[in-house]
Amino acid sequence: MANHEQYFANENDRRRWLAGFIISRVFIYAFLAAFALFILLPFWFMIVTSLKHAGDYQTEQAQGILNLFPTNLTFKNFGTIFGAKWGYSASIPADREIAELGLGTSGENFVQYFTNTIIVAIASTIFMIITTVLASFAFARLEFKGKNLLFTLLLATMMVPGEMMIITNFQTANSLNWTNTYAALIFVHGISIFYIFYLRQTFQQIPNELYLAAKVDGYGEFGYLLKVMIPIAMPTIVTITILNVMGSWNAYIWPNLIATAENPIFGNSMKLVSNGLMSMFSNTFRSYDTLRIAGSMVVTAPLLIVFIFFRKYIMRGVSRSGIKG
Amino acid sequence: MVNKIKNEKERGTVTNNVAEKTAETPPPSNGGVTSSAHVLSDPQQTRLSEQKTLQTKRNRYIPIWAKAWIALIPALIFLVFFTFYPIINTFLYSFMGAYTHDLGADTSQYGQIFVSDGAGSFALAQFFASLAEWAEYIRNPAGYMGLTDPVQPIFTLENYRIVLTNDLFLNSLLNTMLLVVVSVPLTIIVALLISVFLNSIKALRGFFQTIFFLPYVTNSIALGMVFNVMFSYHDNGLMNMFLSWFGVDPINWLNLRIDFTGGDYIPAATRLAMFIAITIYTVWTGLAFKILVFMSGLASIDKQYYDAARIDGSSRFTIFRKITVPLLSPQIFYITITSFIGAFKAYTGVIALFADNTKNNGAGSFGGAEGTEWITVVGYIYREMGRGAELPSVASAGSVILLVLILLITLVQMQVSKKRVHY
Repeated sequence: MANHEQYFANENDRRRWLAGFIISRVFIYAFLAAFALFILLPFWFMIVTSLKHAGDYQTEQAQGILNLFPTNLTFKNFGTIFGAKWGYSASIPADREIAELGLGTSGENFVQYFTNTIIVAIASTIFMIITTVLASFAFARLEFKGKNLLFTLLLATMMVPGEMMIITNFQTANSLNWTNTYAALIFVHGISIFYIFYLRQTFQQIPNELYLAAKVDGYGEFGYLLKVMIPIAMPTIVTITILNVMGSWNAYIWPNLIATAENPIFGNSMKLVSNGLMSMFSNTFRSYDTLRIAGSMVVTAPLLIVFIFFRKYIMRGVSRSGIKG
Repeated sequence: MVNKIKNEKERGTVTNNVAEKTAETPPPSNGGVTSSAHVLSDPQQTRLSEQKTLQTKRNRYIPIWAKAWIALIPALIFLVFFTFYPIINTFLYSFMGAYTHDLGADTSQYGQIFVSDGAGSFALAQFFASLAEWAEYIRNPAGYMGLTDPVQPIFTLENYRIVLTNDLFLNSLLNTMLLVVVSVPLTIIVALLISVFLNSIKALRGFFQTIFFLPYVTNSIALGMVFNVMFSYHDNGLMNMFLSWFGVDPINWLNLRIDFTGGDYIPAATRLAMFIAITIYTVWTGLAFKILVFMSGLASIDKQYYDAARIDGSSRFTIFRKITVPLLSPQIFYITITSFIGAFKAYTGVIALFADNTKNNGAGSFGGAEGTEWITVVGYIYREMGRGAELPSVASAGSVILLVLILLITLVQMQVSKKRVHY
């Protein structure tokens, strides 16, 4: 504020400017606070509703009131969606109905969905890192005929909507007998051209002198990749790892087509968390909002925890990509 | 003099350090300095080391281009099978007459050329086999006998006619246009305002930035479910409760007509109500990324422009219109192009909001009695794909049309940007 003093001819002008300044500040903060509330409200609604008793929620519905600050909290909803059958009292109608749905024995619960998603996320990330590091190394450092043509071709396919690939991949996966297997979920969309593009850019920023120095030290190309490039590019590799894990967590369309029933070998449900959430709450729990919201809560919470710890990496990767997941 | 002393001092410490280091390293067990000479004098050892150098030399003789292909092969195998080949194949599907559902549901003879319905066979192999068949067919259409089966591939534009005259597809185009005209600009304007305001404050900026980014790291199905409950038709739905403060009666946002015992009922959700719900959800999920991009753009604008404008006594609005928007035009252009493409690809958000995957052959509900009221282009493609009995040539035609639409938008916006964007 001190450096604005000189612009004012007299005290009156300064006062007028100050009044305008305060009014605009109040307006700006009010605007930002209003939208922050708009962003936070669904999260608060989710937390609160997932902790309500089903019976209390039904009573609220009947009376037409919504309690956003309930005092009578429970973790029963989470137990139910994870397949447990505890804590229901036979005297409360809503409790009795939920207990009678018999979810625990069907194998369709969030323990299974979490297991599937974690298996797919870990395997596909390892697969993605190996292929992406090697490919982006070739594009960034090695010279070969047709390099630019191949890279342009890769970039051009980023424009193509995923549906074009999914239609044929569904046929291919069927003919490979990959229906309801982990292989279909791990390999079919395991490589992202964007990650290759992103990592290649990081690799290209590494100065050429290091390459020559490594050659003098007797490293070959792959030794250089392992000992010099990967350590330097580690932040980018961490970023694409996080984005890929989040992508597996949020995958819906492809698993919804290919993993709808039981695994042919292990006989377990193959649904990932998003698909499990959608199918469970389109059918079994359609009319039990507290359970639906508890399901949303357990799918969202790990993402928010990852965000708290890796904020820097996620925001950097996102500002480059513009692609969700 | 001082320098000299300093230098000497430094040199002294350096030599000291070296001395310490040599003192610290334990002497080799077989007599220290003689060890290297000992190795050289041993004939067997010499041969071994020679072999070693030879081997490393041989390794270096793998040419660079071969190493490049070794590095590329793992990625390329999967890209060829699951990215390049599908694009070509789906493109060809969209022209294959034998697959249109006008020809009935008898799939027994369709599967011979492109699609393998037999166990263990691989679609790519079938693709190459069919290429040979086509070559044969194109060379001599009249005398074509077919290598595996007498079914002739029929090239036709019928699939495109089916898609482009389909009411559902036209509805999906209309819906997308409404999203592009209303939801996308609304989100961009709000994001721009928030970014400019955020950029003008110091206190709490990081706090607000983190909050506004939160919707990006959420699962769209899970949050769609939350919005589904928030837009509940009950009096205690969050949205209805909010409106009741202003004296508005509860609205049915998403559901069909609901009957109660005793003849009471809630009328079905109108098209407008559903659109408002979709738009609010779109704005909520879309703000995060746009604010992130705008904030990084604003950070790179030189502060001198603002100082100059302030000295000139320009109003805040003039500064916004004449400085911020033009200098932010690359980011605005980028956001517009990605949001328009995103609107054409809209699917998961909408089905999550209506939260019912039993409709449209498992593709999900888009509202309304048939679950198709707010269907999107992608939704139409998956609905066609899920029909099951027919092979996916109509869906393929739909996806090719989607590709053309995306290319068209990109081209038009490139042209606009040439005139309007300052780099």
